[in-house]
Amino acid sequence: MKNILVIALRTTLVTLVLTGLIYPLVVTGAAQALFPAQAQGSLVKDEKGAVVGSELIGQAFVNPGYFQPRPSAAGEGYNATASGGSNLGPTSAKLKERAEADLARLLEENGQDNGPVPAELVTASGSGLDPHLSPRAAYWQVSRVSRARGLARDRVEAVVRDNIEGRELGFLGEAKVNVLALNLALDRQFGRPAAR
Amino acid sequence: MTWNGWLQILVYFGLVLALTKPLGVYLHRVFESGERPLPRLFGPADRLLHRLCGVDPNQEQDWKQYLLSLLVFSLMGTVVSFLILVFQDRLPLNPQGQEGVSWHLAFNTAVSFLTNTNWQSYAGETTMSYLSQMVALAWHNFVSAGAGIGVALALARGLTRRPAPDDPGAKGLGNFWSDLIRSLVYLLLPACTVLALIFVSQGVIQNFAPYLDVATLEGALQPMAMGPVASQEVIKMLGTNGGGFFNANSAHPFENPTAFINLLQMLCIFAIPAALTYAYGRMARDQREGWIIFWSMAVLFLAGTTTAYWAESHANPALSGLAIEQSVGNMEGKEVRFGIAGSALFATVTTDASCGAVNSMHDSFTPLGGLVPLVNIELGEIIFGGVGAGLYGMLVFVLLSVFIAGLMVGRTPEYLGKKIEAREMQMSMIYILIFPLVILIFTAWSSVTEAGVSALANSGPHGFSEILYAYSSAAGNNGSAFAGLSTNTPWWNVTLGLTMVLGRFAMIAPVLAMAGSMRGKRTVPPGPGTFPTNCLLFLGLLVGVILIVGALTFFPVLSLGPVLEAFLAPHNRLF
Repeated sequence: MKNILVIALRTTLVTLVLTGLIYPLVVTGAAQALFPAQAQGSLVKDEKGAVVGSELIGQAFVNPGYFQPRPSAAGEGYNATASGGSNLGPTSAKLKERAEADLARLLEENGQDNGPVPAELVTASGSGLDPHLSPRAAYWQVSRVSRARGLARDRVEAVVRDNIEGRELGFLGEAKVNVLALNLALDRQFGRPAAR
Repeated sequence: MTWNGWLQILVYFGLVLALTKPLGVYLHRVFESGERPLPRLFGPADRLLHRLCGVDPNQEQDWKQYLLSLLVFSLMGTVVSFLILVFQDRLPLNPQGQEGVSWHLAFNTAVSFLTNTNWQSYAGETTMSYLSQMVALAWHNFVSAGAGIGVALALARGLTRRPAPDDPGAKGLGNFWSDLIRSLVYLLLPACTVLALIFVSQGVIQNFAPYLDVATLEGALQPMAMGPVASQEVIKMLGTNGGGFFNANSAHPFENPTAFINLLQMLCIFAIPAALTYAYGRMARDQREGWIIFWSMAVLFLAGTTTAYWAESHANPALSGLAIEQSVGNMEGKEVRFGIAGSALFATVTTDASCGAVNSMHDSFTPLGGLVPLVNIELGEIIFGGVGAGLYGMLVFVLLSVFIAGLMVGRTPEYLGKKIEAREMQMSMIYILIFPLVILIFTAWSSVTEAGVSALANSGPHGFSEILYAYSSAAGNNGSAFAGLSTNTPWWNVTLGLTMVLGRFAMIAPVLAMAGSMRGKRTVPPGPGTFPTNCLLFLGLLVGVILIVGALTFFPVLSLGPVLEAFLAPHNRLF
């Protein structure tokens, strides 16, 4: 028994230092040396060099001249220190109320003639930080964005098309559009939208 | 459902299948051969760690010593983690100034990581310092996985080792400390280091920076959590632990940024549990014994995946009267980059194995889609299962099935030439009965106390499912949740903590006792009355026994939750 206590104490110390300290520090050192940009959060800069977000983390957009992301349950929305989903179940009355409110807002902002709203635009993601939309959900917003920016519809559509990322390796995941990248591409091509 | 979705599922399973033999051979060489692999690379570290810990690898332990070593080590680990969590505000690597954790949350969390459950009553980014994440939590991710492998090896040794003629009643089941050290040196640490760098290359973060305040493109302020994520992320999957660095777990883009990493994470979950079935076949000197176990698990896995994918591909009826295009399926709580197939597959994998990481919110699944993870856990976490825990759990069901087959033909049952007698069956029954007993008692208790129901996020049958899922997940050492439930209260932290302890150690104790009683038994050559355990007939029997035990135990309680909800949802009954 005494023997077991001594071994347990030594093993506790040795494994703690090895797996709890040495291992993460070695990984951090190697990661910072090999992939510094990714290790720091894949931050995106605008043309002036100012950080405007992370390419992996969704952010809120309210200006009608920008494409808007999905509803978010992270804090007040897209708070990247409060990740999480709504956790509302399929028979939740709150879920339906929230979807109805989002639906009414979307139809008011986008007009009635775009067809039914793609599901992603009225459902919250699991992380609350989903940076992507399906291509369909991006196309659905084209008429509003082009109207707000005073552009022809097909010019905005072309930017969306250029920003569609296919499935990884041809079959993994789903086709998607990164909302921040899309909005940055719009700004690069057409300038910033008018403040509303 | 799409062809592409099925392709992803098949490719995933094909990769698991392809990994099983090479990794299984490797594990067998590490733990059961005199010639360990890559001696120049790992030999020095192996010897150094044995020396530092004061362990003689050749000293065999009987089942009581093995169990005692595991318990003493676990108890020490809990105390250390508990203290780090409570006093994290006075320790380094806390750039956000996170406060010390309350006693009940520290108890729950320390126990949770110790038992390989990784239930989280807290949100990582608002609660834990970097030191707590790395040392108090990820340290246990390594050693609890190693301990699980050890217990599986001990049972396998008890079943497959034959006593030498000059040593009747032999007792040695291996050495707990040595099994633990070797799982770290030869397997977990090298694999995690390489995989962590692959994770970082795809966007998983790894830094010690304070949180950022980013000015977004529209000029709003977006606070952004940072941290040493990749190193913890890998062992979280490979050790089937599942405790996320962030609240959103593997749904968070900094934990799981791409569909490729998603695939890799799922492979990490099944890799070791699947390979252990092959290593077991080697130990049993009959590879078919291992493959029958593998395919019994695979049948249950494929059935679960199909059901979950089918269910989640359906629109939520509550939203179907509105002007919403829902042909894609139920997207609430899911990420666009993974889609329905990548989410349903992940949910099945993470609950088959007792991992519990999530890349989508199970609470928001359709009633039948959410039933799949719950049933996976309630079958006992034996569909590949936790690292080690899956194999020893499955072997208990194997012994039970052999016993039932023996009863049917009226002969003393034997397995691998060893007779199965009263003591083994007593231990099996303790193992099998503790699990539902803990779950059902605490679920019933929480459902009728204010302290229990005040934590609910959803009402109606779905609220009941949240409670049932919580205790099932804790007892099964899974750790995933119907996460609307707010469990950071004394009642929930303490009851879930006790459930996790019982679900781990009260089940490991009979397993090791069984290993001890089987170890010294003499083997007899198979006779005409021996029921072969390496054929398809046995696979059918084994799967049947698992399903019948699971269904008899849990069908009544499931009918109050997800089953009832499935009948109400199409009629637009909301709560």
